[in-house]
Order: sequence, then C-alpha cells, then structure tokens
Amino acid sequence: MNFHAIRAIYGFEMARTRRTLLQSIISPVISTSLYFVVFGAAIGSRIPEIDGVSYGAFIVPGLIMLSLLTQSTSNASFAIFFPRFAGTIYELLSAPISYAEIVVSYVGAAATKSIIVGLIILATATLFVPLQIAHPLWMLLFLVLTAVTFSLIGFIIGIWADNFEKLQLVPLLIVTPLAFLGGSFYSIDMLPPVWQTVTLFNPVVYLISGFRWSFFGIADVSVALSLGMTLLFLFIALAIVAWIFKTGYRLKT
Amino acid sequence: MKRLSMTTSLTRKDPNTMCGNDLKLFVRRRAANRAGSAIFDRMQVIISVSNLSKSYASGFEALSNVTLDIRRGEIFALLGPNGAGKTTLISTICGLVRPSTGRVTVGGHDIITDFRAARALIGLVPQELTTDSFESVWATVSFSRGLFGKPPDPAHIEKVLKSLSLWDKRKSRIMTLSGGMKRRVLIAKALSHEPRILFLDEPTAGVDVELRQDMWALVRDLRETGVTIILTTHYIEEAEEMADRIGVISKGRLILVEDKVELMRKLGKKQLALHLDQRLEQIPAALAHYGLVLSDDGHELIYTYDAKKEHAGILALLRGLDEAGIAFRDLNTSQSSLEDIFVSLVKEEQ
Repeated sequence: MNFHAIRAIYGFEMARTRRTLLQSIISPVISTSLYFVVFGAAIGSRIPEIDGVSYGAFIVPGLIMLSLLTQSTSNASFAIFFPRFAGTIYELLSAPISYAEIVVSYVGAAATKSIIVGLIILATATLFVPLQIAHPLWMLLFLVLTAVTFSLIGFIIGIWADNFEKLQLVPLLIVTPLAFLGGSFYSIDMLPPVWQTVTLFNPVVYLISGFRWSFFGIADVSVALSLGMTLLFLFIALAIVAWIFKTGYRLKT
Repeated sequence: MKRLSMTTSLTRKDPNTMCGNDLKLFVRRRAANRAGSAIFDRMQVIISVSNLSKSYASGFEALSNVTLDIRRGEIFALLGPNGAGKTTLISTICGLVRPSTGRVTVGGHDIITDFRAARALIGLVPQELTTDSFESVWATVSFSRGLFGKPPDPAHIEKVLKSLSLWDKRKSRIMTLSGGMKRRVLIAKALSHEPRILFLDEPTAGVDVELRQDMWALVRDLRETGVTIILTTHYIEEAEEMADRIGVISKGRLILVEDKVELMRKLGKKQLALHLDQRLEQIPAALAHYGLVLSDDGHELIYTYDAKKEHAGILALLRGLDEAGIAFRDLNTSQSSLEDIFVSLVKEEQ
C-alpha cells in the first residue's frame, strides 16, 4: 500500500479546494440558501405540511442531496479530467501506485469535499427552518454512501469525457434533472399515479427517500430498499471503474 | 583437450591432490566466483527489455521485437527519427503504454507483476511540458515525491531545487514560469524521489544553449552518483557529447546498439585530405587501388578509408606517393560524425 501517494493526491486535491474556496464551498452554500429563501420561506409558507413536516423543512434533505450529487460528480470528474487534459496524468500512470489507490485518493477527496458542502448546507438550513434529525447515524451513512457513489460516477465521467463539453454534459443533462425529478421538492405521493411509477425508475428517488427518512422518519419507499439501491449504484460504479482500469480505457494505449 | 586440462591443473591447484583445508577453500572460492559473476552480470543490467512489441488496434506496429539491456550507471542515448518508437519504448518501460508481447524488468522487477518496485526506481521527464499550472514549484515537486512512495523530505527537495536553479522560484506558481523553467520543474519532479534511473525524453528540444549546458552538467553529476540515464534525442551532438552507448531505432526496430566510441570506430569513415605542392593532372596507376579522389583544381587528394585499417592504409599510401614523386605540404584527417553514421543507418533501413 502506497500511503504516501494516497496522502499526496488527497492533499493535492484538498489544497485545490482551499485555493478555490469560493467556487467549491461558498457558491453551493449561497445557491442552496437561495432555494431556502424562495421555496422554503416565500412559496413554502403557502404549501401545507407534508406528512406533518413543514414544507421548508421537508425540502432540506432533498436540497442537501441535490448539492451532494452535483458537487460529487463535478468535483471528481474535474479532478481526474484535468490531469488528462493538461497531460500531467503521465506522472500518475508511471508512479508506483495501484488503481485502487488512485480511486481511493481521488474519490476520497471528492467525497470529502461534497460531504463538507452537505454539512455546511445542513447547518445553514437550521438558520431558516427548525430541524430535527431522527436517525443521525443513518443520515451520515446515506450522506457518505451517496457522496462516494456519485464521486465514483464523477470519476467515470472524468475519464470518459474527452472535452470540457462532455464533462459538463452528464451533470447538467442527467444528474441535475434526475435530482430535481427525484423528489427533492415534493413527495412522490403528490404525483399522478402514472408518474409515480415512472419516478421509481429514477435512481435518485431512493437516495432522497432514504435520506429524508433519516431526518423525519417518513419515506416514499422503504428504507431497506433505499439502502439496497444506494449500495447497488455503488457497486455498479465500482464495477465500471474496475473495468476502466482493467482495460486502460482512455488512460493507456 | 587433454593438454589444455593439464595446463590448467598446473596453473591452478588440482582439486584431487589438495589437502582438506585447501579443498574447502577452493570449493568456497569457486562457488564465490560463480555466484559473484552471476551477481555481477545481474548487477550490471538494470533494465532488461526482451522481445518487446507494441502494436495498436489500427495495425500500426510502434515497436517490433525490441531486445535491449541497459547497464547500471551508464548514459544510454536512444536515437531515431520522429515516430521511430523512442517515446513508445520509454513509455512502455515506465508503465504508460501496455506492451503487446515481450517482457521488461527494471532492477530485476517485472514492470507488470512487480510494478511498484520497478516504477519506484524510475524518474521520467516527459517530452512535452506537461506541468500543473496553479500549484507552486515546491508543492508540485513535493507531490511527486509522495506519489512515488517516499516520505516527505524537505531537505532533499531543497537540494534538488537548488541544483536546478529553482530555489528562488519555489513559491512561484508554475504557470508564471518560462518554458525553460518549466522544463527544470519537470526534471525536479523526476528527481524528487531519488530515482536510480532517469529517463529524459528529448530533454533539450526547444531549450536555449545555457539550459542545455546546465542539463548536460546535471546529467554528468547524476551519473557520478550512480544514476542510470536514458535519453532520447534528435541532436546527434548531444548523444556524441553525453552517451556511453547508443541505440538507434527506426520504424519500431532497434537497428543497432553499440558503445559510442566503438560505433564511431566501426562505422566512422575517415578522410585524409592531402594538399599537394604541385597540381596533379591525374592519379598515377600505381595508386589507383586506393580509390583516391582528385579535386577539380588538382591540388587536393582525398583518401577515404576505414578507421579500423587506418595505420596500414595511410602509411602505404604515403609511401606510394613518395615513390610516385608527389609531394604535399599539408594534410588533415576528419572522421564522420555520429550524425553521418545515423543518417546512413536509417537510410539503409529504409
């Protein structure tokens, strides 16, 4: 195990976060606060409680998930895309470091960043709405699993993308819509029956449902199913990453 | 056969006639010699490339059955035209390109099954100026050291930066540096983890004279500390100046590996130019077999000869000239440069 290398990459990535503090931490916090003001306070006051939870509080888990998904994918995809783009990846590929160690370092750093963002948003939310967390350990588990899974997905995108456009494409056209339509702002029960069924094909529904359950004890789908699906995505992402390294896809000729 | 064994038994001690202690000593020495020479052979070779080929899905064969041993502590220059496979060969040894067939060991470690041990020995300076932009020089060089599995050592990083005249720039962002400085940063990164082998891929391409000379001095200093250096270059004078041995690669094939001096001696044609006292109308028949060339003005005779046979040839020619009554007032010899050799080799191959 090359601990020094893991530490070097992790430290390098975290240093990048510190350098771009405004972009990586402050801007997601500001944009989420705007959601609270608009949806939670302004519009939310006219929306009735959902399962006994005020609308302002109801959207907190969804908003944290929304940031978690977009931050994880963009952090991890950029972290591995940029060395490829700049050519500095030669050093990584010629270093005495295993693929598993590369993934642990990059995905670990990206997940750490998005978890920090998630926790800051959570702290910010308490300023706007009274909040209680029913199952804090489960909340952390879902937070970490989701951050890791979507950082892995980001890593895959960063390797697949061969230009900046593609790098933005997946987060913009897939991750954000799925997160918005996955019940960030509403309960699935509020949809017409047909759309309730369609929504179940959206993987993000399970993540948000489980995460919301850890806050309020209410969920659209069962917690076991949420956890199971979250783990399933994690393993699919791991399998794709393993395939990438096995074949050297876009990394080695 | 019999006589041979008798002489050896006379010079050495015959084991059959030895007493107990002698015999033990003899056996031990012989074992030590054998083990010693095996170890010596192993130690001599630091990189062993055998039957290495690399072909791409398109069918293009970048490397074709390359076999090469790099000796510990030498400076090896890999010459070849653009696209010959120099970078592919280096990239394969360093783990950037997957070999199609063949095997490579570095310090006795297979580059695939034992890649950690193999890669830890290597520092690579790539051809392109691929550096980070926003990091400081210090941070990027320290990063490389960690990446190669070494614990932080600020004193070593300081030494490397100072040796490359980068110390004053250690806090500068890399993007603010000139091209030459970036090249130095890449070298510092490669040296950050104290490699035993340094690959320099076109180290002096697009580099000014001062930096080139600095680089040469650095390479010599590194060799003093026992680092093996493999460099690729277009500049023949660089290989001529630096290398102990030279490999020529063309179209993915290693067409020649030779000691530099030996190569120059073997393939180097020498020319002897004689400036004649008086104009010569034609070459006397007695000297015809030398293949002399007479200049248009008749004042210069040029004799092209094989460097290996220089003594006999020149002496006989001079004697022949004397006998023919041709006097000369000056002479000079010139040897073909590595560039001439290289061009003729590659032409032959094509």
